[in-house]
Amino acid sequence: MIDWPILSTVTFLPTVGALLLLAIRGDDEIARRNIYHVALWTTSVTFILSLFIWANFDNNEAGFQLVEEAGWLGDRINYKMGVDGISMLFVILTTFLMPLCIIASKLTIKTSLREYMIAFLILETLMVGVFCALDLVLFYVFFEGGLIPMFLIIGIWGGGRRVYASFKFFLYTLLGSVLMLLAIMAMFWNAGTTDIPTLMNHNFPAGMQTWLWLAFFASFAVKMPMWPVHTWLPDAHVEAPTAGSVVLAAVLLKMGGYGFLRFSLPMFPLASDAFAPLVFALSVIAIVYTSIVALMQEDVKKLIAYSSVAHMGFVTMGIFVANPQGIQGGIFQMLSHGIISGALFLCVGVIYDRFHTRQIAAFGGLVHRMPIYAFLFLIFTLANTGLPGTSGFVGEFLTLIGAFRVNTWVAFLATSGVILSAGYALWLYRRVIFGELEKENLKSVLDVSRREVLILAPLALLTILFGVYPAPIMDVTAASTDLLISNYEAALAAAGQLAAASP
Amino acid sequence: MEGLAITLALPEITLAVGAMVLLMVGVFGGERSVSLVTSLSVLLLAIAALMVVFAQTNGLAFNDAFVVDPFARLLKFVTIVGSAVAIVMAGGFARRMGFERFEFPILIVIATLGMMMMISANDLIALYLGLELQSLSLYVIAAINRDSLRSTEAGLKYFVLGALSSGMLLYGASLIYGFSGHTSFAGIAGALEAAGGDVPLGLTFGLVFLIAGLAFKVSAVPFHMWTPDVYEGAPTPVTAFFAAAPKVAAMALFVRAIIEPFSAVTPDWQQVLVFISILSMVLGAFAAIGQRNIKRLMAYSSIGHMGFALVGLAAGTEAGVQGVVVYLIIYMATNLGAFACILAMRRGDGMVEDINELSGLARTNPVLAFVLAMLLFSLAGIPPLAGFFGKFYVFLAAIEVGLYGLAVIGVLASVVGAYYYLRIVKIMYFDKPSEAMSRVPAELGVVVGVSGAFVVLFVIIAGPINSAADLAARSFF
Repeated sequence: MIDWPILSTVTFLPTVGALLLLAIRGDDEIARRNIYHVALWTTSVTFILSLFIWANFDNNEAGFQLVEEAGWLGDRINYKMGVDGISMLFVILTTFLMPLCIIASKLTIKTSLREYMIAFLILETLMVGVFCALDLVLFYVFFEGGLIPMFLIIGIWGGGRRVYASFKFFLYTLLGSVLMLLAIMAMFWNAGTTDIPTLMNHNFPAGMQTWLWLAFFASFAVKMPMWPVHTWLPDAHVEAPTAGSVVLAAVLLKMGGYGFLRFSLPMFPLASDAFAPLVFALSVIAIVYTSIVALMQEDVKKLIAYSSVAHMGFVTMGIFVANPQGIQGGIFQMLSHGIISGALFLCVGVIYDRFHTRQIAAFGGLVHRMPIYAFLFLIFTLANTGLPGTSGFVGEFLTLIGAFRVNTWVAFLATSGVILSAGYALWLYRRVIFGELEKENLKSVLDVSRREVLILAPLALLTILFGVYPAPIMDVTAASTDLLISNYEAALAAAGQLAAASP
Repeated sequence: MEGLAITLALPEITLAVGAMVLLMVGVFGGERSVSLVTSLSVLLLAIAALMVVFAQTNGLAFNDAFVVDPFARLLKFVTIVGSAVAIVMAGGFARRMGFERFEFPILIVIATLGMMMMISANDLIALYLGLELQSLSLYVIAAINRDSLRSTEAGLKYFVLGALSSGMLLYGASLIYGFSGHTSFAGIAGALEAAGGDVPLGLTFGLVFLIAGLAFKVSAVPFHMWTPDVYEGAPTPVTAFFAAAPKVAAMALFVRAIIEPFSAVTPDWQQVLVFISILSMVLGAFAAIGQRNIKRLMAYSSIGHMGFALVGLAAGTEAGVQGVVVYLIIYMATNLGAFACILAMRRGDGMVEDINELSGLARTNPVLAFVLAMLLFSLAGIPPLAGFFGKFYVFLAAIEVGLYGLAVIGVLASVVGAYYYLRIVKIMYFDKPSEAMSRVPAELGVVVGVSGAFVVLFVIIAGPINSAADLAARSFF
């Protein structure tokens, strides 16, 4: 076993790296290389350390593990960290993607590389912290703190409409979150603590649960994002630099789903049950409507952004069916989407770096000049449509099974989204990769470089690996999911008895 | 007994005597002694601060009109620090702008003396004495640049409106005295206790007038009109001073003058405070959006922030007072830093005040831009920066007593407020660089650095500050 605070180490190591970057002076080529190497090494070491979390993780233990605690704000709000089967893999996902983001940014970021890397490293600390925090206030600090670096990343290194996109991202998310903050305060006064494990066993009054659930929903629905509050996402994705889009899609969106699993279901089971139909309706609309919207996009990044909204619809649907298939499917879908959407944005980055456009119409016939790229892009496109054998299939399939057990119509409508996703993804592929190579500027393009293969290959391998052998992920999440569901059903049963006893 | 009274008031007495001595030095030394007087005033304030910190005696003095408790000691310390920093910032500014007046630091010391008496006031008369000593000094300070039309206009506006509010406050105080028979806070509380639920209408009227007068001093809506004009018109270091220490002292006085005597009639004043708090937060947030002059913008920002601090007072509980204290500490530290940044906005010999002049500051002066960005994010209340914790504690108190409407409107106003802070960050970071600013003077650099470090590291040091505020809040409960 490990006897040092590994979670805090993994969380704050990137901040240490950011401080190191402050010490590097100058803006010349040597300084740039040093900055890049410090950032790369920091994130790589963080990733390797985070693997120790997995190595020391006990799959059979349903509760929180590797718990660390220290005093923070008075005696009732503490610094407490820990992971369970639901959160642990998100930590690994985050630390895994960061080195890839750093590598992908080396050549594309021309100005203020040091500030860029600092923003990313601080962002990593805050993202890992979100998944490790076992205190509501601490969680909120990490959750909201991420807005600052992301705002700067979109606004400074983004595309043409970056100012609009960054403000929209910041204010939308903030608006959702402040209501959650008030809910956190109400929970503090009701339960006398903000300790998450304690709150999970605390029974909030039924009437209060409704309001608390809605307040948390306001925050997580925006973050997720669910229809109809998803409109910030396409803007933010399109304008953000490649690595920013990767982090947004792969990690930041997952905070919404993670929040539902960590707070809404276990802490407000009655309200979750009551509001489940609402979530189903919004999820199905998200899946069908945004898939159709994605079909009509002319910008590659925007298309992928809308497809993210659709895929997150499967996640929310799976979470609120509240059975093992749905929840495990939801978690799996989030992890797999983290890998696939991250990879897709990196793929877009590859052609954007070459042609400085993301318009679908500007491409066509790339397979003739870029066969390796076409192959890698194909893997991720098919995974995005949920082809069996890729990780995209497992998550969608499980959430659909889960939904089918609860509500056939929801499952039926959601399945139609799978067809639509095949439609927009394959059509995109057809327009960008296949066809005749007609455009002059495409004729001299080079295939992916070694650096780009180095980034995309591990993602492709994981996509296929988890597609044919999802057990490593399922084993981690199983115990905690079962505990979550048994507590959830016990709470509903107790409330049902109470209602029956007092007519 | 009198021996003890003098011990309790020793910091105040030191300041009073010291200010007189400095005045003599200034009068006889003339313009040559300005820098000496400036340094000696800072030293004097430092001595007073040390006395406040290390005097461990709490108690009442001067017929219970003067109280020293943990609340008073903590806030006095904060106020003195604010004044001292203001003198330091003003010293360099006056040297560069060529208007050095030895009266300026002395007036700040006298104003600080008034503030300390406000914080310790335990009686309506003591309250008024402290308040007027402070206010009269501030009127003069606002007009200190007597050759400038805007400065004198600001001073005159401030004086006329301030006199009006003092009149209202005095009227309220006399009504309260008339209907309760006491001027001391404890006496009023006793009279209200004895009256039970049956509070005379005249006393309620007096309470409302008292609140109106105090609301003017903290520039809460609807008594805020003077703030933007005075902030914009007064010389920038004066504005920096106005935005920090006097606000802290006035809010501390507000807390004591409401909680101590009137806790028996909480519903009577709670609705008034909820009302002015909501108005201040909303107006502060919306009115600042259209501002281009950064001092005017900071004026509306401070109106909003006083609204947030009033949320804690409106709760009227121990958690609420604790929230107010934490909020004031953070507010002052952040504001001093922000004004140090504003003072550092110089090009050639002149000051620039238009926020668009900051464009591209991240390229031309990355350190200043970074600290200012952190201060602005903190003012917007984004974690993990200090401002978040201030808001967290005041809203925590509001939720405790079930003021949900106030809390919801408050957090929504803070989202609107975030917009105009973000706009400045946007100008600094996203826009094309304009001509570089002049070098940041050393004394401003120190203030900017300390303030920035406080704001960023508050998340680590929150525990001790929080418990100090908790101790202070327990003075009342």
